[in-house]
Amino acid sequence: MRLEGLERIPSGCAICGIFSRSGKKFDGSGIVKSIAVMHDRSNGLGGGFAGYGIYPEYKDYYALHLFFDDTQAKKNCEDFLGRHFDIAHYSEIPTKRTPGVDKAPLIWRYFAAPHTTKLSASQLDEKEYVVKQVFYINTEIKGCHVVSSGKNMGVFKGVGYPEDIAKFYMLEDYRGYCFTAHGRYPTNTPGWWGGAHPFGLLDYSVVHNGEISSYDANRRSIEMYGYNCALKTDTEVITYIIDYLHRRKGLTLEEISWVVAAPFWQTIEDMPEEDRKIREYLRNAFSDQLITGPFSIIVGFEGGMMALNDRLKLRSMVVGEKGDMVYISSEEAAIRLIEPDLDCIWSPKGGEAVIVTLDNELEGGGN
Amino acid sequence: MGAFDVLPDYEISRNLDRCIVCRVCERQCANQAHEYVPEEDAMASDESKCVNCHRCVSLCPTRALKIVRSSNTYKLNDNWTDKIIKEISIQASTGSVLLSSMGNPEDYPIYFDKITINASQVTNPPIDPLREPMETRVFLGPKPDSVERDSNGKIIPNLPPQVKLSMPMMFSAMSYGSISYNAHESLARAASELGICYNTGEGGLHEDFYKFGPNTIVQVASGRFGVHKQYLNQGAAVEIKMGQGAKPGIGGHLPGKKIVADVSRTRMTPEGSDAISPAPHHDIYSIEDLRQLVFSLKEATDYKKPIIVKIAAVHNVAAIASGIARSGADIIAIDGFRGGTGAAPTRIRDSVGIPIELALAAVDSKLRLEGIRGKVSIIAGGGIRSSTDIVKAIALGADAVYLGTSALLALGCHLCRSCQAGKCNWGIATQEPELVRRLNPSIGAKRLVNLMTAWQHEIEEIMGGMGINSIEALKGNRLMLRGVGLNEKELSVLGIKHAGEGQD
Repeated sequence: MRLEGLERIPSGCAICGIFSRSGKKFDGSGIVKSIAVMHDRSNGLGGGFAGYGIYPEYKDYYALHLFFDDTQAKKNCEDFLGRHFDIAHYSEIPTKRTPGVDKAPLIWRYFAAPHTTKLSASQLDEKEYVVKQVFYINTEIKGCHVVSSGKNMGVFKGVGYPEDIAKFYMLEDYRGYCFTAHGRYPTNTPGWWGGAHPFGLLDYSVVHNGEISSYDANRRSIEMYGYNCALKTDTEVITYIIDYLHRRKGLTLEEISWVVAAPFWQTIEDMPEEDRKIREYLRNAFSDQLITGPFSIIVGFEGGMMALNDRLKLRSMVVGEKGDMVYISSEEAAIRLIEPDLDCIWSPKGGEAVIVTLDNELEGGGN
Repeated sequence: MGAFDVLPDYEISRNLDRCIVCRVCERQCANQAHEYVPEEDAMASDESKCVNCHRCVSLCPTRALKIVRSSNTYKLNDNWTDKIIKEISIQASTGSVLLSSMGNPEDYPIYFDKITINASQVTNPPIDPLREPMETRVFLGPKPDSVERDSNGKIIPNLPPQVKLSMPMMFSAMSYGSISYNAHESLARAASELGICYNTGEGGLHEDFYKFGPNTIVQVASGRFGVHKQYLNQGAAVEIKMGQGAKPGIGGHLPGKKIVADVSRTRMTPEGSDAISPAPHHDIYSIEDLRQLVFSLKEATDYKKPIIVKIAAVHNVAAIASGIARSGADIIAIDGFRGGTGAAPTRIRDSVGIPIELALAAVDSKLRLEGIRGKVSIIAGGGIRSSTDIVKAIALGADAVYLGTSALLALGCHLCRSCQAGKCNWGIATQEPELVRRLNPSIGAKRLVNLMTAWQHEIEEIMGGMGINSIEALKGNRLMLRGVGLNEKELSVLGIKHAGEGQD
């Protein structure tokens, strides 16, 4: 089997996301209905979901979702995890046999906290420590792939139509304040589950529709900062850019949107002096992180969700609201199906970030 | 004509049916290849004086003239070629080093011509530059290490000094002295109109051109000609010239004949004496010395100007560039072995250095590997001939390019490669007033603006085809390139795939 990453595969796609501002939990059935109606935007070669707030009982632990090719890989990885983390709990992720979903790897989850002495010896902050171990597992331990690595969140993905993947993982059994979904239409035949989306790193997860023309410029610059673009997908590089700008450079998500989908110079020049200076600065200082070519992305993160289009809006994306609920989708139909009576619905402009966050911090994991 | 004279390469062919004996050719030729013969009321020519600059051909009102390659040949020999035989003969007569001008004309691979560019089909859309904004603006200079904020969390822009260009092109260093006042004025006016920069070269900056300062790169070379505090502060950036692609490892030599009064004043060297710049900077014998000069210049310019360090593309260019990137320099200019010159020893020009495509790719890869690509911008020069060469250079990793020969061609140069003689019939590489007058700076500037604008349009079209609408997304985007007919090693140095390979 040729793994994703051995070649670069462009994909078209469907994406959607549902978010409850009040932090009210809902189950995964809505997002499945929503993505399923966009069936024709995927071709059965990849589907997946990210859920936030789904592991309240282990909310202080990094929830590592892992794919293993075989038991030997699992053993090697568990040895490694045991050396670097304290594992509070682990289990096989429940799945059920589903027609249209095959060649599944071994799928396990580990609720882990960095090993205290190892962490202090590494002189890294906690998140950087986790990222480092994730990269190590993905690149150095054969047959292992970390699917997601954030707290109180998880990614569920595989090769198949998204609605079948949802059945496989029994997504309706999970309850969270945010779900995102992805249906993939690759122009090639990837057989590997790790290549499906969402792509996750720490609590960031990205679903993306598009094919970015700046890929290799972005990849070569982000690899300079220690990210290893092993999967060679747009989504992977976009996730790393967001992690780099948000976590490591301390930019806000809105500022990140001004970098990756920067306004045109002519627009910047018409801005008031103060705005202009900051926009000019961000475009110049982070010019290697400008993303061109069509994309619509939904970024999930702890306590929030961001939607963003490329600056020319070369991919469709609409946002709807009803009460405290926010819906984002490639197609309006996918929103109308689950919430016909919207307060409002609009199509964000190219480069205009839509950022939603919880009104209040989740209490006790938001049970 | 003596027994040891060298056969001329070209012949002057005059169509007597067309020639009206107007004597334009005679007046236009500073080399005196044409002569009026009163007894016959006809024109005669001496091809041994002809440099094939095409001035007479271009101005002959009846198109009676042609310069053709001489069919006069030595006995054919693929080893001892005509060229070699002639060069030996010249050196046997003169006892001198062979001199040449402009870039290496020999038959080395031109990698630009073996690289093709990608375009969007189906999976993402090409972008139409007539309908959508297409951005070519670039900034040269280092990126900040971290984002600073005030107590309210507002970003404090902390970019080090930058050079802002409307398109990723600049005119490369050509000194006043090696080229004429009018040529300099043409370059300066065009750069100013275009929002790019031209480069003084090692000849100082004529006071008349101080007004073009924001579009001027002022150069500091080993001879330090024309360098003073006001000069350093006049430009958009200061360039330390460590080397030149046409003659890596050697200095410069401007003959006293070209040091006329005005040039002498600008250069701050005596009128009529040869101006010789040494091979090394005598205060730079190692990388730590370079760092001192970089910071001396920063001190002299109050840390307001980016410092460029220009080097010739030589074998170890990547490691050298990495050292420069750590020396405090803000921009590195790499000059390939096709780069031009006003005069260089032929053997050096044709045999020393490496192609810019390989040097550029090696430098960009190395700086990325070491995580310091953001500390410097890269300018590639020496062998860039068209908008597609520029696109390829940027995709290989350049921030911008230097254009010398193509700019001179726009001014009327016909690439006769005789600049060292100082008798440029096109008024470019000469200081003789009657020749300089032939180059009208208004027309020269206009032609440069035309050329750059045309190339900018072409770059926009090519970028749009790739689905890229801003030049920064092209920089280092090597997946947009494919090699055709290159071997594995060449592909690996260039960091590109072969045509027919997908994106794996």
